[in-house]
Amino acid sequence: MAKYIIKRLLLAVITVFVVATLTFFLMNAVPGGPYEAEKSISPTAKAALEAKFGLDQPLFKQYLTYLKNILHGDFGPSLKQRGRNVNDIIMTKFPVSAKIGGISVAVALIVGIPLGCISALNRGKASDSTIIVLATIGIAVPSFVVCSLSMYLFGVKLRWLPTVGLTTWKNYIMPVFALSFYPSAYITRLMRSSMLDVLGQDYMRTARAKGVSQFVSLFKHALRNAILPIVTYVGPMMAYTLTGSFIIEKVFTIPGLGGEFVSSIQNRDYMMIMGTTIFLATLMVFMTFIVDIVYKIIDPRINLK
Amino acid sequence: MKKQATLIAIILVLCLVFSACGSTAATPAASDAGSSSSSAPAAAGSDAPAAKILTVQVGPNPETLDPALNSAVDGGNMLLHLDECLLTVDQNGAIAPGAAETWEVTDDGLTWTFHLRDGLKWSDGSDLKASDFVYSWQRVANPATAAPYADTVLWPVVNFNAVFDGEKDPSELGVSAPDDQTFVVELSAACPYFESLAAFATLSPVNPATVEANGDAWAVAPETYVSNGPFMITEWVPGSYILTMANPNYWNADAIKLDGIKWLLIEDSNASYSAYQTGEALFIKDVPTEEIPSLLGNSEFHVDPILGTYYLNLNCTVDLFKDANVRKALSLAIDREYVANTLMQGTYLPAYNFMGPGWADPAGGDFFENANNGETYISEDYEANLAEAKELMKAAGYNCDPENPDVQLTYSTNDSGYHKVVAEYLQQAWKELGIDVDVEIVEWASFTPMRRAGDYQAARNGWVGDYSDPSNMIELLYSSNGNNDGKYNNPDFDAAIDVSRSTMDVNERSKALHEAEDILMETAGCVPVAYYTDFYMQSAKITGMWHSAYGYWYFMFADIA
Repeated sequence: MAKYIIKRLLLAVITVFVVATLTFFLMNAVPGGPYEAEKSISPTAKAALEAKFGLDQPLFKQYLTYLKNILHGDFGPSLKQRGRNVNDIIMTKFPVSAKIGGISVAVALIVGIPLGCISALNRGKASDSTIIVLATIGIAVPSFVVCSLSMYLFGVKLRWLPTVGLTTWKNYIMPVFALSFYPSAYITRLMRSSMLDVLGQDYMRTARAKGVSQFVSLFKHALRNAILPIVTYVGPMMAYTLTGSFIIEKVFTIPGLGGEFVSSIQNRDYMMIMGTTIFLATLMVFMTFIVDIVYKIIDPRINLK
Repeated sequence: MKKQATLIAIILVLCLVFSACGSTAATPAASDAGSSSSSAPAAAGSDAPAAKILTVQVGPNPETLDPALNSAVDGGNMLLHLDECLLTVDQNGAIAPGAAETWEVTDDGLTWTFHLRDGLKWSDGSDLKASDFVYSWQRVANPATAAPYADTVLWPVVNFNAVFDGEKDPSELGVSAPDDQTFVVELSAACPYFESLAAFATLSPVNPATVEANGDAWAVAPETYVSNGPFMITEWVPGSYILTMANPNYWNADAIKLDGIKWLLIEDSNASYSAYQTGEALFIKDVPTEEIPSLLGNSEFHVDPILGTYYLNLNCTVDLFKDANVRKALSLAIDREYVANTLMQGTYLPAYNFMGPGWADPAGGDFFENANNGETYISEDYEANLAEAKELMKAAGYNCDPENPDVQLTYSTNDSGYHKVVAEYLQQAWKELGIDVDVEIVEWASFTPMRRAGDYQAARNGWVGDYSDPSNMIELLYSSNGNNDGKYNNPDFDAAIDVSRSTMDVNERSKALHEAEDILMETAGCVPVAYYTDFYMQSAKITGMWHSAYGYWYFMFADIA
């Protein structure tokens, strides 16, 4: 196990390094720069800015400097949000996104797993059909539609919920609803098919034949086996959800990290692009690692090498 | 049946337990978030008591609130409330005293002396001295500060170029403080609109103590943001809101009626409109364009002209556009009335001149009113214009047959606002001249450098004035101007601009500037399409605020009824 963990850690470092390198050169290959605007600043002013942030150096040298800095955990200054460091921006914005994302993941699991089980156990019945219809809607409707509709209905028309910011618990309702909408539906479907699969297995039939109660057969045997695909899905999904959603943050004016992923690219804020990408990559690698460990715990037959 | 119901209930309970385990990875992060959410209710609490706080939206999270580093309109709008320059612009657009109570200039226009008010203080209670202005101006000129607007505001000051190029020390900039209340600026060339520059946000004073102690980061935290304006920052949650409270140390604090202004940092116009509808904001700048038809006639919906023109660049280095008559034909073939009032839903005004209403004529009055003997350069009669355009195209040797286009043209634009609709309209309008137009949509960050490099045939462009002197916009077409994206190069035009720059005689200067616009419009150096406006929602509850032609809103003396 220890050997496995060391191996995985090494692989993780290599993965993040490759991601960082690719991002660095790809973003520099895209035309434009951080100091382009409708009103051009004078060439001298631009040169002064570029000199200040080392953008006048040869690209490879910039790359080496950057690598050296991230080894010290320093993501550098934001090129656009003057006076702020990428580290600070991530550290203040990630908790906001992670809180909403964490609640949403929990909601998605609480809603998705039972609905999937109910659906599977009642295959072909009315409750099954209803759940399938709901889950299909959940997968088909894009999140910006959910955002806008709930904003319009509950925020503007009914005035039940506040539309801006995150000041009270009520502010969380709409963003969490919008953010958990798709994963809930997806988990429901995943759970349903995986449960059906397990229920049809020989060992389930054997259990029932041996007179094991429905309760025990369901929870001891079926659920434990059926949950594995959910774990696979939830790991990476968690990494994405915790780092925020551009659309949801924009619609509900949430100061999360999701917006930074998109705006940093639009602004060519190279330091922010690198910082957010490396952060997401690291989180992703970590989550995948956690998923593998959880696998082992749920299914002892899995051998981690 | 009953058994099944129990089973379902048990599954539900178990899944709760399960999911609680499943989300353990999220728990540490969620507990981290506690710190940020605990500050949020505090924010709500601070405007919950009877404090009179005006909630407004003028843009998303500002990139910076350091006056020297700002180059954005929304940031500039907030800076007006936080920092006060030597001079200000009043409700009528005229220059008014700011931190300086009086000022005078020598006859040659080269030495400006500003006398500061008695007892000026910073928001932290320390004394504001003339030397603080010296420090602030030197900081803008210092290349290490990398201030984007440095040369726009300081170009006429003695030694500016040498300092900005790093050849001289910032201390050699032509500014000095003979005593605590006198600030003197030496110019190397007379600048007829220097008062406008002295009122420009970039030249706001910054507190030397806090800047020296905190570097660029002084302007991101409320604790270190020491300012001298009517309001001061007490809270800034990036991407959420900025809370500014009345500054008790402001010299004119008695005139401030609000306790504070809360700036919602909303990026999405639908979100800001929702906030307005629910009363969470009493003023919003960003109104969704699709809502405009339903808002016309609503007394809370305002459309106010600003100093700016939406125009097209026809790249003068492209063979097709080397012929001024072809450029002119393309300009005449545009139905500006239709573009502004139908396509742009009346949120723009049709532009028949390059310089729109509102620019101050150096000789007095409105530059627009005095241009071309009071007539617009381009006739408002579209049918006649189109006929003339066709004649011009034929005279230039083209078929001018919509059925058989003999000219291929690519029109480049980014996709935001009405740009795409205008592009589609131009496709149709120029087809009348036998021109087959391809529309190329380019991502914003790539679009501006591409246009600047002249790597296009025809492209959209736009400019909003920084101050109301016409030179601020008309000089865009000067052959060596960094924003001359159309690569227009006309020696007569340049000569007229040169005269306007060198003379101190207001009448001569005015004449030269008008002559420049005459030449520009005669040779269609660029194609004006529409004048910008600001369209916004303002609750009837707000009194005492105003909007300026620079695109700023002044809330400092406002009140909530």
